[in-house]
Amino acid sequence: MTQNEAILENGAAERVFRRGDDSAILRMSESEIHAYKPLDDRRMVVNMGPQHPSTHGVLRLSLEMEGETVIRSKPIIGYLHTGMEKTGEQLSYLQGATNVTRMDYSSPLFSELAFSLATEELLEIEVPERAKWIRMLMCELNRMSSHLLFQATNGMDIGAVGAMIYGWREREEVLRLLEKITGLRMNHNYIRPGGVAADLPDGWRDDTLRILSNLPERLDDFDGLFTGQPIWHERLQGVGVINSEECLALGITGPLLRSTGYAWDLRKDIPYLHYDQVEFDVLVGTYGDCFDRFAIRLNEIRESIRIVYQILEKMPDGDYRIQDKKVTPPPRTRIDESMEALIHHFKIFTEGFKVPAGEVYVAVESPRGELGCYIVSDGGPKPYRMHIRGPSFTNLQVLPHMLQNALVADAVAVISTVDPIMGEVDR
Amino acid sequence: MTEEDHQDSLSTETETSSAVPDGEIMYEVPVSRSRGQTVLHPNRDQYVETIEKLSQDGFKVCIDVTAVDYLENPERDIPCSISPERFEVVINLLSHSKKERLRLRIQVPESDPVIDSIFDYYPGSEALEREVYDLFGIKFEGHPDLTRILLPENWHGHPLRKDYDVGSIPVQFKEAPGAG
Repeated sequence: MTQNEAILENGAAERVFRRGDDSAILRMSESEIHAYKPLDDRRMVVNMGPQHPSTHGVLRLSLEMEGETVIRSKPIIGYLHTGMEKTGEQLSYLQGATNVTRMDYSSPLFSELAFSLATEELLEIEVPERAKWIRMLMCELNRMSSHLLFQATNGMDIGAVGAMIYGWREREEVLRLLEKITGLRMNHNYIRPGGVAADLPDGWRDDTLRILSNLPERLDDFDGLFTGQPIWHERLQGVGVINSEECLALGITGPLLRSTGYAWDLRKDIPYLHYDQVEFDVLVGTYGDCFDRFAIRLNEIRESIRIVYQILEKMPDGDYRIQDKKVTPPPRTRIDESMEALIHHFKIFTEGFKVPAGEVYVAVESPRGELGCYIVSDGGPKPYRMHIRGPSFTNLQVLPHMLQNALVADAVAVISTVDPIMGEVDR
Repeated sequence: MTEEDHQDSLSTETETSSAVPDGEIMYEVPVSRSRGQTVLHPNRDQYVETIEKLSQDGFKVCIDVTAVDYLENPERDIPCSISPERFEVVINLLSHSKKERLRLRIQVPESDPVIDSIFDYYPGSEALEREVYDLFGIKFEGHPDLTRILLPENWHGHPLRKDYDVGSIPVQFKEAPGAG
C-alpha cells in the first residue's frame, strides 16, 4: 500500500457529498437571496465582494451568518468572464497562445505550455531538446514568481502589510528576467506550438544565477517573518481544514491537495517535458490547514531553485523551435533571398497552419494545480473547440466546505490560501 | 530548405485518419483511441453506470467536464456503433493509483439536451456541470443547483453554441463622425 492509499483509508468525504439545507453550500440565486427570510432572526446573508481587497480580484461570496460564524456560503463568479474559449475558436493556433496566456495572469507560461503541448500532440510533432529545456526553465521561474506573489498577497490579507513589499520585490526580480527573455513582464506569448518564440538572450545564465543566489536568503527572511511567528500561527493553524478524500471528491489539485499529506504532482507522477530527468521533492503538508498551504508554497520556491540549477547544467545547444516547414516560418535571411520563403512566411501568418482532425487533452502542473487543455480540431487552421481546465475554477468549490462553521475573519485567510486567480476562474 | 520543399509543405494535405479499431470494448463500452489517449463512448442512458464502475475502479477524480457543439463539423472519430449527435459531453477522469486518464464522450441530441448529473459520484463536477449548462444549454438532471455560473442569471442564449454569433458592440470614439 502506498502512502497515498494509506491516507485515504482514514479519510472520509461525507461532508462534500451532502445535499439539502444542512449542506455547506448556500444554493440560492440572487433573487432568492433578496427574498430570504431566515427562521432564526440571528441569521442573515452578507455579501463579501466582488470589490473587496481580500478577494483577489472580483470574487463574491454570499455568506449566511449567525453572529460572526459562517453557516453556509456560496462563491459567485463570472465578473471577469470575457468568453475567452469562444475567442479561442476565432484565433489560429499561432495566435491561440496570446489568448490563453491572459487567463491565469500570474502564471501565464503554464497556459501557453498546456496549449502548445496539446497542439503539438494533435500535429504529432516533437519539439527540439533545447526548446523543452527552455520551456522547463521558464515554467520554473514562473512558478517562483507566482508563489512569491502569493507570499505578498497572503501576508497582506492576514494583516502583515510588510509582506506585500517583500514579496513584490522578489517577484519583480524574476519578472525582470522573464521580461529580458520574452520581452514582456506578463502575458508573454513565448511558448508557442513548435517550440519557443526566441532563443535565450545573451547573459541569461548570469542573470538566472544572480536570482538563484539571492533568493534563498530572501526566503529565509520570509521564514523569519512568518514561519515561526506566534501571531501567524494563531491566524493560520487549524483554519480552513480539509482532508485528502474531500479534495479528491471535489477534484482539487495542486498545493491544496498536497497540503493534506497526499503526494500528487504531475511533474513527478505523469511527467511531461523532461521533469523525469531532474531531481526534486514533492512537498506535502500534514493537517490540510491554511498554514500548510502557506508553507508548501514557500518551500516549493526552494524546490524550483533546485530544479533551475539542474536545468542550467543540462541546457543543451541546438534549435529553439522545430524546423518543420508546416509549423515554423522560414528563417529571416531566407525571406530576403527566396520568393517562395516569403510566400510561405506570409501564408503561415495570415492563414495559419492546418492541424489534423482529432481531439486531445493535455495537462501540466501549474502553481495552482492541474492545468489542462482540451482541443478539438476539424482539420482547419483554427481550433474547433478550445477548452482550458483551470485549477482555480475547480479549487474554488472547496471554499464553502472550508468556511462552514468558520469565523468570518478566517474567511479572508481561507480565500487567500486557496489562491484563486480570477482571470482563470472566469475566463 | 529548398523552394520545392516549401511548395511541397504548402500543398501537402494533412492526413486526418486516426483509425478507429472496431469492436474494442472496455467497461462494456465501445472504445476509441485519439493520439494514444483512451476514449470511452457510452450511451446517454447507461453512462452513469459506467461512471459508477469507473469510480469504483480507481478513477477517483473527475478532472474536467466540458462539451463540444458539432453543429458545423458532424464528421468525427467515433466507433460505428455510436450515432453522432449535435452535442457531446466530454468527461475527463483521472486515476491516481494507475496514473491513467480516461475520457468519456457522450452524445447528446439537440432536440433533448438533457443528461444525468454525476454529482453523486463526483461532487467536484458541480461547478463544471453548471458551466456546461451555462455556455451550452445542456441540462444535468439531478444536479443540486443548476443555475448559470459565469453569465448573469437573466442572460439569453448559450454562447459556446456554434449558432451563437460572436457579435460586436459598437464602440464610439470622440473623434468618430456623429459621436456626440
